[in-house]
Amino acid sequence: MKKLINAPEQVVKEALAGMADAHADLLTVHYDPDFIVRADAPIANKVGLVSGGGSGHEPMHGGFVGKGMLDAACPGAVFTSPVPDQMLAATKAVSAGKGVLHIVKNYTGDVMNFEMAAELAAAEGIEVASVVTNDDVAVKDSLYTAGRRGVGVTVLMEKIVGGAAEAGADLAEVKRLAEKVNAHGRSMGMALTSCVVPHAGKPTFDLPDDEMEIGIGIHGEPGRTRVKVGHAADIAAMLAAPILEDLPFKQGDHVLAFVNGMGGTPLIELYLMYNELNKILAGQGITISRRLIGSYITSLEMAGCSFTLLKLDDELTKFWDAPVLTPALRWGY
Amino acid sequence: MQITADHVIKFIETITMRVKEQRDYLTQLDSAIGDADHGVNLDRGFTTVVTKLPSVADKDIGTILKTVGTTLVSTVGGASGPLYGTAFLRAGMASADRFELSVDDLTVVVEAALEGIQARGKSTRGEKTMIDAIGPAVDALKAAHAAGDDLLTSLRKAVAACQAGMEATIPMLATKGRASYLGERSIGHQDPGATSAFLMAQALLEVLEASQ
Repeated sequence: MKKLINAPEQVVKEALAGMADAHADLLTVHYDPDFIVRADAPIANKVGLVSGGGSGHEPMHGGFVGKGMLDAACPGAVFTSPVPDQMLAATKAVSAGKGVLHIVKNYTGDVMNFEMAAELAAAEGIEVASVVTNDDVAVKDSLYTAGRRGVGVTVLMEKIVGGAAEAGADLAEVKRLAEKVNAHGRSMGMALTSCVVPHAGKPTFDLPDDEMEIGIGIHGEPGRTRVKVGHAADIAAMLAAPILEDLPFKQGDHVLAFVNGMGGTPLIELYLMYNELNKILAGQGITISRRLIGSYITSLEMAGCSFTLLKLDDELTKFWDAPVLTPALRWGY
Repeated sequence: MQITADHVIKFIETITMRVKEQRDYLTQLDSAIGDADHGVNLDRGFTTVVTKLPSVADKDIGTILKTVGTTLVSTVGGASGPLYGTAFLRAGMASADRFELSVDDLTVVVEAALEGIQARGKSTRGEKTMIDAIGPAVDALKAAHAAGDDLLTSLRKAVAACQAGMEATIPMLATKGRASYLGERSIGHQDPGATSAFLMAQALLEVLEASQ
């Protein structure tokens, strides 16, 4: 294992310390329990937005704390859900009396820990609502699984719902909008190489040099199939087809296209993949009216990418365009 | 023979040692069908738990187990934190104010722990989880006790059933937890949660056999 670390067990804390100093204008980092919170929290008369999950997906979620997006993020150990103490402390720190929304990715651990935290917060008189993202179409039969995984839509949801909360929407409204984003978004990812979890010290899975995993999860969970690496155009088609047929996206739809890097893939390849996606969508009469290209929900150093498509309407477009000022996303301010 | 509060302290210390020894093995099982963190997470949790034991060493069994539960919830994360945390919390509630447990009491305590896991995980047997090891162990304990076996004999049968249950997860298709994402590909791998549950059952037997 070659990594820029001091010790595996110090990775999360030391990265948090770096973030705290680098973005002191936007956020504050609390330790034990660990959470990242807007520097100006709680914001009067605003619904608090709290998310969290295992570390190793940076910039998600801590990089999305700031104006117009999250009020707080709870980082767990690498690829491990944070614990209820963190979520409870974060919820209290952002609560301004207007309620708090928990944005949870659909993984068994995240769901259970957020559930325990919501029970504890309710016991302290804070109104908490929760939304679970489950946009990964790689998981086929949700009836016989823990359900689809939450992936790229989480980033888009945090931005869009953040815009609405900043504009003064109440908790019920914010929750409705979050569910709408989840219902309108679908994702699929792929990997060219494995990631290496620092405390494991070796690749999470073996992938021969000439093979790729289609439908990979953001923790290196195996996907749908393992096939020989082909051209970018073919890979783009393998990712786009299951997304398009699942919602389904139709001719005349306007979409936000999110081409995400898994952490080890250069931007030049992401733009190349965006170009392929653009051609596929154009061929089906689907218009890309907003786009996001870059590494925003990563899996450590894994090489690969994911596509997320979100069917847009005026409401979703308005809050996507709303100003945002966070370490990882910023426009309009 | 009764289970004393001192046995419970030694039981937790033994779990901590076994989890540390088997940390890489548990993580390796988890990397096959999960997210490669089970051994590391449990090790972190129990390493914190043992630092709390001196403060409850003279307390009742319920207090000891509840302290273990809240500490696991606060330190483990993942799915195993809430699941094992809830199990120890419920076991603690079922043994409140008690300084000794008979085999009859033990059946009540482990049943409470099992129910806690099932409620928190919204899971049942046959889904390739820790429940597939713990469920048969609870059944075997109750059956042995009903047949008039003493504590150690009953517990030996429970641990054997726990091991059989753990091994029975190998051919199972996972339908809960992260392994379920693999579908058919989860078949042929032993469940890491069932494995850590077996380590814990074995630890209790080890402590009681040693104190005989």
